[in-house]
Amino acid sequence: MISFIITTVICFITYLLLTTGSGTDVWIWSYEEILIGIILSLITGFIARNVFVKNNLRMLNPIRWLIFLVYVIGPFFVGMAKANIDVAYRVITGKIKPGIVRISPNLKTDLGITMLANSITLTPGTLSVDIDEDENDLYVHWINIKEEALKKKPVDYKYVCNGFPKWIRRIAE
Amino acid sequence: MFDEIIYILLGIGVFFNILAGVGLLRFPDVYTRLHAGTKCTTFGSIFICGSVILVALKMWYQGGAEESVLALHTAIALIAILITNPTGAHAIARAAYRSGVKPAAAVVDDLKNKGRRKK
Repeated sequence: MISFIITTVICFITYLLLTTGSGTDVWIWSYEEILIGIILSLITGFIARNVFVKNNLRMLNPIRWLIFLVYVIGPFFVGMAKANIDVAYRVITGKIKPGIVRISPNLKTDLGITMLANSITLTPGTLSVDIDEDENDLYVHWINIKEEALKKKPVDYKYVCNGFPKWIRRIAE
Repeated sequence: MFDEIIYILLGIGVFFNILAGVGLLRFPDVYTRLHAGTKCTTFGSIFICGSVILVALKMWYQGGAEESVLALHTAIALIAILITNPTGAHAIARAAYRSGVKPAAAVVDDLKNKGRRKK
């Protein structure tokens, strides 16, 4: 039942965002769009409730959303900007030293490992290629390998993705 | 002042998108090209979408409720780009490795051992 409510509410919010500017009855929405939105999100919530919400509800905690927002605006965006300038330098000069390394971030949940893989791919210089599903290790294509990182195997994750796994552990686990 | 900020954001976005195009031509193999082709475009798109959102917020402030469409839809498009772009890059890279494309000029290749262990 609670999964049905969560799915319906999120569907309804998405529908409202997509139909802004339809009228002025309720701020920027018209009554017709809101009525259709409620009906459609009830249907969608009934169909997709078991797909959308898996067996735990820890992402309902608003503190986790707050940490997620801080993470995206703070360390993630800074890392992305820094690394983009680095890749811009590499595009112009052509100095690359690529290779595929294995990192073990010790994350357990599917959501956490997905977020980490997407973070790694979005910060340029690193691209997650494959995953070891037994141990949740990631294989990362790295455009400029540092010599000191190769001494230990699997490679220490702080060379590849700064402190991202710590943040993600706080958000998703 | 407001218009200048929009132009600066647009300039940064276009600069990174051009760099992505140059990187596609310069880099040697599929993985390094994915680096340039997917991520510089994401970073450029953030700035371009940001400038569009600023323009649209100005229109919303000056016009009525009907002008709110552009700002919110651009924000949704930006979120969609941020989610789908790394997913697509990951899928292409994995498919390339599975079909036998080896990374060019690679210093290390840890993924090679994984395939051998499975067989």
